[in-house]
Amino acid sequence: MSLDAVVSRAPTPAILPGSGGLRGALSDLFWRRPKFLLTLMLAPPLLWLGIVYIGSLFALLAQSFFSIDEFSGLINREFTLKTYGDLFQAANLDIILRTVTMAALVTLASAVIAFPIAYYAARYARGRWKALFYLGVMLPLWSSYLVKIYAWKLILAKEGILTWLLAKLNLLWPLDAWLSLPIVGGNSLSVSFTGTFIVFVYVWLPFMILPVQAALERVPGNLVEASSDLGASPGQTFRNVLFPLALPGIVAGSIFTFSLTLGDYIIPQIIGTSRLFIGQAVYSQQGTAGNIPLAAAFTVVPIVIMGFYLWGAKRMGAFDAL
Amino acid sequence: MTSAVSFKQVSRHFGSVRAVDAVDLEIAPGEFFAMLGPSGSGKTTCLRLIAGFEQPTAGSISIFGERAEGVPPYRRNVNTVFQDYALFPHLNVLDNVAYGLMVKGVGKAERLKAAEEALSLVRLPGYGARRPGQLSGGQRQRVALARALVNQPKVLLLDEPLGALDLKLRENMQEELKSLQKVLGITFVFVTHDQGEALSMADRVAVFNDGRIMQVGTPEDIYQRPNTRFVADFVGSSNVLPPDFVQRYSGQRRWGSLRPESIRVASATSGDGVAARLVGTNYLGATTRLALDAEGLRLHAVVPAGTALPAEGEAVMLTFNRESLHLMDEPA
Repeated sequence: MSLDAVVSRAPTPAILPGSGGLRGALSDLFWRRPKFLLTLMLAPPLLWLGIVYIGSLFALLAQSFFSIDEFSGLINREFTLKTYGDLFQAANLDIILRTVTMAALVTLASAVIAFPIAYYAARYARGRWKALFYLGVMLPLWSSYLVKIYAWKLILAKEGILTWLLAKLNLLWPLDAWLSLPIVGGNSLSVSFTGTFIVFVYVWLPFMILPVQAALERVPGNLVEASSDLGASPGQTFRNVLFPLALPGIVAGSIFTFSLTLGDYIIPQIIGTSRLFIGQAVYSQQGTAGNIPLAAAFTVVPIVIMGFYLWGAKRMGAFDAL
Repeated sequence: MTSAVSFKQVSRHFGSVRAVDAVDLEIAPGEFFAMLGPSGSGKTTCLRLIAGFEQPTAGSISIFGERAEGVPPYRRNVNTVFQDYALFPHLNVLDNVAYGLMVKGVGKAERLKAAEEALSLVRLPGYGARRPGQLSGGQRQRVALARALVNQPKVLLLDEPLGALDLKLRENMQEELKSLQKVLGITFVFVTHDQGEALSMADRVAVFNDGRIMQVGTPEDIYQRPNTRFVADFVGSSNVLPPDFVQRYSGQRRWGSLRPESIRVASATSGDGVAARLVGTNYLGATTRLALDAEGLRLHAVVPAGTALPAEGEAVMLTFNRESLHLMDEPA
């Protein structure tokens, strides 16, 4: 190719004319005032979030300061802390403690199961295997939540595949031993807290894997090498380098697993005992019982717990590596 | 005397790629040793073999007489200064430097004191409380150096440690590294693709190409007496002369090399010397580099600044001393 083909000899202007019309004028305007474009794009979602979502949340919270008239069943719209006091009745406190314990155990188990999977995906999986990882983690999210839960009910039922398999392997005795334990046990896995726990962990696991994987992905591989080079055994490298750097991801994931477990009312209703969780309490109080103030007060509990949880995580330095 | 590092027929293959191919190497204790080569020549893989991040496919490696194959990095008394420093972002500078002592179980007071001393050694006293992210590139490099030296390694490995620094800083660090190595007496093994750096800092240089060592020797050996066309060309961009040309001036039919600074350029059309034409000049400050065309053979000459230069396109005569024409081992 000759030089002439690249360098045109014809005179060209240094400044090109505007493209004209409304689109041209808008483009120029957006370029000159970038904040205008930002405002234009953010206004609708902010209005939605601000009015519809936060607004209704506050309306709900306001209800928690009302009380119910025990005789007429009517709501007494006067400020009172009586409804919050009701939360501390033994039956209600029991529900709260049960839910928080379950949420904590589910979170812990999810973190322990998620870490190796996320570590493999971040460190070793490449190309096709990485795609397979994402597919494997996301695929359960595509199918209906209810379908998955009912599937688990069948798996965990007394006549289900798990019992059948264990019977074939002559391993029914550890299951029976476990089910005979108080609190965690029951007639079968599908009507025990153990079953509720298994299904919670299964359903929320992707929400733990993905943030942990993203956090590990950001840890440069040579930090692991550097740690090893400085004399740290693999265990020490995990404790001193990998875990602290993955912690923001684990905390992010635990926010999902913890808060989703705190609020869920479908899983414990289908799989588990007849004892209630917070979500079920809210559901029944606002529905059949018609006690909106108590339902609202129950709703505040997970919000307060999450607030303390995040505050504690920050105090422990979980976000220092961000 | 046992070598600090000894490679015997060491190979590291990645599938069909021979990153390191049957390398023999002896590095003496207390030596400042440079591994020089273009990217992909196997020098960094050699460094990683010494550190233990890679295991040889074949051959044997010993460090101070002890066999190192199968020994994990954390059991080698060898420390690395990484190319991009690899400082721990969640730890402050002092904890970064004290890390090696911490994992070895040294008490807190003792290891922080040692770390503080190491920081003074690299002229960063009082920087302990900062985060790596708050430091400049040059400072991070010093922290990485302190973090390695605090462990008093038998061998210190440096992977292109000056690559990310600007020119001025690089020159300062070259001098500092050299004097630090003299004071500490630790064996330094240094990987670089910058021949100037290798020549100015190292006691001995190994030139790598395609996973093999082309030549090992003192900087002067490598520069003045390259044994192959590759070394002549890669180290100092020597003029590589074909056998026919060499035969005319030395009587031997072998490949030769001629340093650009040994060529004298005179504006003349006849007389003794090689007739050539000046095709380009590059002003480099202290010197000027001339591109010459001697009947199809492309040559370069470097002349001191201030020399009267012929105009581009003019005919010139080139002269050089016979002894500066170096005959290479590589067969014609």
